[in-house]
Amino acid sequence: MNTRTETLPLVEVRDVRHVYGKSSGAGLLVLDDVQLTLGDSEIVGLLGRSGSGKSTLLRSIAGLIRPTSGEVRFPHADTRVSMVFQTFALFPWLTVLQNVEVGLEAQGVAAEERRRRALKAIDLIGLDGFESAYPKELSGGMRQRVGLARALVVDPDILLMDEPFSALDVLTAETLRTDLLDLWSEGRMPIKSILIVTHNIEEAVLMCDRILVFSSNPGRVVAEISVTLPQPRNRQDPAFQALVDDIYARMTARTEVGHPREGLFPGTGIGMALPRVSTNTLAGLMEAVAAEPYSGSAPLSDLAGELQYEADELFPIAEVLQLLRFAELGGGDLRLLPAARRYVDAEVDARKQLFAQHLLRHVPLAGHIRRILDDRASHEAPASRFRDEIEDFMSEEYAEQTLKSVIQWGRYAEAFAYDEAADRFSLDDPS
Amino acid sequence: MVFFFEDTRGGRPLVRWVRGGGAPSWADLIVFILLAAGAVLVFHGAGEMGAPLAQLRSTPVVLDPAMLPEYALRTTLRMFAALGASLLFTFAVATLAAKSRKAALVIVPALDILQSVPVLGFLTFTVTLFLGLFPGSQLGAECAAIFAIFTAQAWNMAFSFYQSLRTVPGDLDEVSRQFGFSAWRRFVRLELPFALPALVWNMMMSMSGAWFFVVASEAITVGNTTITLPGIGSWLALAIDREDFGAIGMAVGAMAVVILLYDQLVFRPIVAWADKFRFEQTASQQQPRSWLYDLVRRTRWLNRLGAAIATPLRRLCSFPLPRTPAMRPLRIAPAARRALDGLWLALVAIVVLAAFWTLARYIAQSLTWEDGATVFGLGLLTLLRVVLLIAIASLIWVPIGVWIGLRPAWAERLQPVAQFLAAFPANVMFPFAVIAILGLRLDPNIWLSPLMVLGTQWYILFNVIAGASAIPTDMKEASAMFGIRGWQWWRRVAIPAIFPYYVTGALTASGGSWNASIVAESVSWGDKHLEAAGLGSFIANATQAGDYPRVALGIAVMSIFVIAFNRMLWRPMYRYAERRLRLD
Repeated sequence: MNTRTETLPLVEVRDVRHVYGKSSGAGLLVLDDVQLTLGDSEIVGLLGRSGSGKSTLLRSIAGLIRPTSGEVRFPHADTRVSMVFQTFALFPWLTVLQNVEVGLEAQGVAAEERRRRALKAIDLIGLDGFESAYPKELSGGMRQRVGLARALVVDPDILLMDEPFSALDVLTAETLRTDLLDLWSEGRMPIKSILIVTHNIEEAVLMCDRILVFSSNPGRVVAEISVTLPQPRNRQDPAFQALVDDIYARMTARTEVGHPREGLFPGTGIGMALPRVSTNTLAGLMEAVAAEPYSGSAPLSDLAGELQYEADELFPIAEVLQLLRFAELGGGDLRLLPAARRYVDAEVDARKQLFAQHLLRHVPLAGHIRRILDDRASHEAPASRFRDEIEDFMSEEYAEQTLKSVIQWGRYAEAFAYDEAADRFSLDDPS
Repeated sequence: MVFFFEDTRGGRPLVRWVRGGGAPSWADLIVFILLAAGAVLVFHGAGEMGAPLAQLRSTPVVLDPAMLPEYALRTTLRMFAALGASLLFTFAVATLAAKSRKAALVIVPALDILQSVPVLGFLTFTVTLFLGLFPGSQLGAECAAIFAIFTAQAWNMAFSFYQSLRTVPGDLDEVSRQFGFSAWRRFVRLELPFALPALVWNMMMSMSGAWFFVVASEAITVGNTTITLPGIGSWLALAIDREDFGAIGMAVGAMAVVILLYDQLVFRPIVAWADKFRFEQTASQQQPRSWLYDLVRRTRWLNRLGAAIATPLRRLCSFPLPRTPAMRPLRIAPAARRALDGLWLALVAIVVLAAFWTLARYIAQSLTWEDGATVFGLGLLTLLRVVLLIAIASLIWVPIGVWIGLRPAWAERLQPVAQFLAAFPANVMFPFAVIAILGLRLDPNIWLSPLMVLGTQWYILFNVIAGASAIPTDMKEASAMFGIRGWQWWRRVAIPAIFPYYVTGALTASGGSWNASIVAESVSWGDKHLEAAGLGSFIANATQAGDYPRVALGIAVMSIFVIAFNRMLWRPMYRYAERRLRLD
């Protein structure tokens, strides 16, 4: 297929950088220095975790967002893009047919022509018979088919897909993926290329010719992987599995070199934005890794499969364990440290004590709150004080999420108490 | 006649046409008759509106049952004219507020205040204004009455539309932008449909609330000008003046019939139709139904006619307006933007202060600080009444509402009754109270008070019913399992569960009670007149006397009371309910 290397690419993304929120420095940098070229007849995957800015990049290409700096160029004049949404984004008050027609209508296509093309798209995508149904009457899979038909009917050159299968159950997603790949390989869709955002590693390997792996916080392209396995691909194929494991390793690679604990989460010190992970989940993961067959060290891809987690959900849990020095991440493996083994073997109270030690020592914000409470004669402090402090480093939403995480961990560890109604921290034990 | 059946190709277009579903169905006939009758009534009523003012004097309102349908028609037309005006206002103002941050800074608080301010008191000023606009024609008085009804309807509709525009789902917004919808297409395809269910609901609430004002706005005395527009309200005023119980009964009957008719013929079909715009991806269990809506959908000719009318309209919708060039939002430095906002706010503040200053000067010309203090004292009295009565109404209706809400069969049957009672103008009950108070020699200062909540208590009831029926089954089962009952059940289950609903109901009820005080603290029956000391009767008396400065002072003080009450009591309760007691 690479005979036409001279031809112009479909999209060129140069030095794109995007900052959310306060545009004066303190905002959240979601995309940094991103380059991307999309050629003819290829499926390219943008793989990364939530917060890696891949959806932002997709929306920049769709023209929905203007990046803070850098440019998105379409070398061919009159390149049309179209988008499929994770949440389907169908108009609930329009029928399937009307939903599919809506894009053509906006282009001012005449009614008869519109109907003809819409019916063709509906036919192509396997929705015939459902033309007059409303979205609420359809299953999730059918809805996403409508979303796909609506995107295809406007004859786009590039189809942008934003986690198109992640709101569907496993079986439906698999069927839809296969159908899409069939249509693509048979050349029955009018599109030239597909750009798909996903956080599902297997999905990326299954579908894409090329995968761009994004790091998070900020989102950068850390690896570009060509997938040369022939279609249709088989998940059981050892080469397939090797590739999946390799990508897992690359997605955790950054934490291996040099400073194992730097840059786990955006920000440093008390300005570190923490994900919401429950202590139950942390305990559960430590127990799972400590148990057979892993006995203390488990490949993340196996864990994700066994525990029914998406990579996207598993990473934050593993990284909190790493932050708390209960485990180390590297080479796609999660290895428990001795503290975690002690934790797993301990009784409830001993577990809490151990957790409290690690929490106060390794999570700067938790230690900070505890110090303030110890220093004050009343052993009380309003939560707004800490909220204001961390909002200097991150957006309001992140600050709220970070504070909620620390509150949950602190409550479990009995390191401090929090009264929601009064919005205050204290050292009181609830009587 | 074999020939007859085989003749498929040839003539007899009539047969083919009938078989092909071209013939009108019986549904067409019914709907056509309804439409034609409606059109005739509207034209007749509208024609009467423009009659010269002198006609009011030559043919005054009479208590003749034969005239009642005519009066009912005129009143209904006024209400729908006001509803139309409210819709226009809603689309214009709410859209402006949603699209422009600067406009929102002014419009949103203004709507919030207008929503809770005693609009009844403004009548005095608007009547004078509109009479001046159309000298010698009834149209001026009609406009004043319609405007009074409009002030009772518009604010909550505009508010709901604004809220909807602000909460348009992000993904649908992206789809519309990605396909490059024009502003107009965005409005008809996305914003209007999304806002419709809430808007329809608010329109119904507005219609209910408006009845109260109809009675007060058709027969107006401002100083020495008395205008009596033909309508149910004037009929009622006259019946009270003549001490005619039979006439009052007939007016009540006519109102009930009108409410029933527009519910069946207008709102039900709209609700049934608007159901498809509800933004949820799962099919609802209970679809609202309307026989008229089903009937219209079954018509053939009418559907074709509708399609014939819709096609050019649709063309108009897709008229290739010059597409707004991809909006490149101006990147303004945050500091500059803050400065601009500050400047704008300062400008608004100056205008408000100037208005306040003008008002104060106007009042100060003829009134002193002492008057201010007296009015403030009267305000406290009315406040006391409102607080006590809402408390008493809550004590009565909360247990009853919970009881009903927990029994779905009852709730289903009683909910429409409660809504009907809320729509029913409580002022028609006032004469009975006067007779009772006079007969039993009671103190009007105490016994006139209940009239204030007579019409508004239903908001508490039907909100509590809604809250109690929303208590999840698992919560009910859990409390049954653990044997939670009695006071503990109220404290731990019922009250937290209904609290957000109760706050909404009580807030509406208290706002309505303030408004009602203007009518309820000063009541007449023939030549007998009862009065309770309070801000309401103060405003009523000043209006009667045409004493504008006093009316202005009274309204200003009442507005301050209502707004302070909302900010200090209801808002915090609302926020608390939002934060702590949500069931999701």
